[in-house]
Amino acid sequence: MTGRWRHHAFAYAVAVPFAIVLAFPFFWMAVTSFKPEAQVYDPTKVWTFHPTLANYGFLFHHTGYLRWLRNSTFVGIMVVLITLAVAIPAGYALARLSGRVGRSLGVAIFLTYLVPPTLLFLPLSRVVSKLGLSDRLWALILVYPSFTIPFAIWLLMGFFKAIPQELEDAALVDGCSRLGALVRIVLPVSLPGIITVVIFTFSLVINEFVYAITFISSSTNRTVTVGVPTDLIRGDLFNWPGIMAAILIPSIPLALVYNAFLNRFITGFTGGAFR
Amino acid sequence: MAARGRHRYLAERRGFLATLLISPAVLFIGLLVGAPLGLAIYLSFTDATAGSLSGKWLGLGNYRAALHDQIFRDALWHTVLFTVISQAVVIVCAGLLAHALVRRFRGRWLLRFLVLLPWAAPIALTAIGFLWFYDPQASIFTWFLVHLHLVDRSNAPNWLGTPHAAMSSIITVQAWRVLPFATVIFLAGISSIPQEVDDAAAIDGATGLKKFWYVSLPLQLPIAIVAILFGIVFTATDMVVPYILTNGGPFNSTQVLTTYAFQTGINAGNIGEGAAVALFMLPLLVVVTIGMLFFARRAEVT
Repeated sequence: MTGRWRHHAFAYAVAVPFAIVLAFPFFWMAVTSFKPEAQVYDPTKVWTFHPTLANYGFLFHHTGYLRWLRNSTFVGIMVVLITLAVAIPAGYALARLSGRVGRSLGVAIFLTYLVPPTLLFLPLSRVVSKLGLSDRLWALILVYPSFTIPFAIWLLMGFFKAIPQELEDAALVDGCSRLGALVRIVLPVSLPGIITVVIFTFSLVINEFVYAITFISSSTNRTVTVGVPTDLIRGDLFNWPGIMAAILIPSIPLALVYNAFLNRFITGFTGGAFR
Repeated sequence: MAARGRHRYLAERRGFLATLLISPAVLFIGLLVGAPLGLAIYLSFTDATAGSLSGKWLGLGNYRAALHDQIFRDALWHTVLFTVISQAVVIVCAGLLAHALVRRFRGRWLLRFLVLLPWAAPIALTAIGFLWFYDPQASIFTWFLVHLHLVDRSNAPNWLGTPHAAMSSIITVQAWRVLPFATVIFLAGISSIPQEVDDAAAIDGATGLKKFWYVSLPLQLPIAIVAILFGIVFTATDMVVPYILTNGGPFNSTQVLTTYAFQTGINAGNIGEGAAVALFMLPLLVVVTIGMLFFARRAEVT
C-alpha cells in the first residue's frame, strides 16, 4: 500500500506543478479577457474585478475577427479535402507495398515534412505572385498541402498497416477489385484514423503563420493567426482584453479536440515508423 | 508455368496500381517542396529582388556577404542558443513529466489536458499572450517576482526590452511550447515497452535507477531521439516566436536565421540574399534527416 502511495505521490508531485506552469498563461489570458479596460494594468485584481463581456463584443463587432475566423475555417476545410484526396490513396499504397521500395518511399515522403516553410516562403512568394494568387486565400490552399500531405500520408500509413491484410484478401476472393476493397473494407475500418488525420491537418492549417503573413496583404483576407498579431497589435488599438479573447476562442476548442484524439495520433505517428 | 505467369502479371498490376495511387502525392510534393527548394538555391546565387523571378548571377556572392555581415553571424549564433538551450530544458522536463504521467492516477486526464495546452493552441496566437505577460508596465511575471521579494519594483526586468532578458524570454516561450510535444512522444516511448520486459527486469533484480539505466532508457532512447530531433528542427527553423515577441530586437539581439531571412527577403525585398540566409538552415536539416533515418531504423530493430 505504501509503495502504491509513493508511486502516486511522485506522479502528483511532478505533474501538478508542471501542469500549473504550462497552463497558467491560459488562465491569465482568460482572466484578462473578462476585465474592464480600466483594470487591465492592475495585476492585483485577480479575483476582485467586475467581469465584463464587452471585450468579446468589441472583438466581434469592431474588428475583422469573425472574418479571419471564417477565412481560416475555409482554408482549413479546403486543405483537408485536398489532403485526404491525395494522402489516402498514397498512404494505402505505401502501407501495402512490401519491401524496401515502399518503406524507403514512405520515409522519403515523410522527410519532406521536415523542410520548413521558412526555407520555402521566399521562392514560393515569387511563384504565388506569378500565378496571380497574391493576397488570395487560394494561395494558401495551394501551398498548405505541401506540408499537410506528407504528414497525413505518414499517419495514414500507420493506421492502414494496423489493418490485417486478411480482411482485404477475403474481399478480393469474394470478387472485389483492389480499389473496391480499399473503399468498402479499408476506409470504413480506418475511419477513426481518418478523422484523426482531419483534425490534425486542420490544426496544422490554423497554426500556420509564415506563408500566411508572406502571401496575404489585405486585412480582409487574413487568417486568424495573422490577423490578430498584425491588425490587433500593430494597429492603433491595444485592447489587451480583446486580444486575449481572440487568442482563447480558437485555442480552447482546438485543444479539446486535440486532446480527445491524441492517443490515436500517437498510434499512427509511431506506427508508421516503428512497425 | 501458367500460374507463375499469372502471378507476375498480378504483381505488375499491383505495382502499376501502387504507382497510380502514389503519383499525385509525389507530384504535389515535388512541385511544392522540391521545386521551390531548387528555386531557393538558384535564387541564393543571384541578386533577385521582389518582383522578379531571376536576377544577375552572383555565384557565392550572397553567401560571402552574409558571412561578413555581423548581424548575420550573430543571428547564426542566436539560432544555436535558442535551439540548444530551449531543447535542453525540454528534454529534462519532458523526461520527468512523462515518467509521472505514465502512471495511472486520479485526475490524470485533467493534468494531461493542461500539460498539452501549449502545444495544442496556435503558437502565433499564444505568443501574443506572452507579449502581454512580458508587458513592461503590467507583466504578471514581474508582479510575482515582486511579491516573492525576488526583485524590486524599481529595477524590475524589462522582459523584451533588454538583450539578455529578451533572449531568455523567447527561449522560455519556445521551451513552454515544445515541452508538451516531447512529453507526448516520450510517453509513447515508455508505454511501448512491453510488460514482459519489466517483469524480466524485476526477476533479474533490476530496480530503481539501475533498471532505468540498463533496461528502460535503452529501449526508450530511439523514440526519444526522434522526438528531440523534431524539437530541434521545429525550433531552429521556427520564425513565429521570435517574430511576434521581438522581431529580432532589441538591437538585433534576438535576431535568428528565420527572422533575418524574412527581413532581408520580404521587408527589404532582396530575395536572393534572403534565400542565401535561409539556406544556412540546410546543413542542419541534412544532419537531422540522417539522424532520423538512423534512429528510426534502430527503433524498428528493438
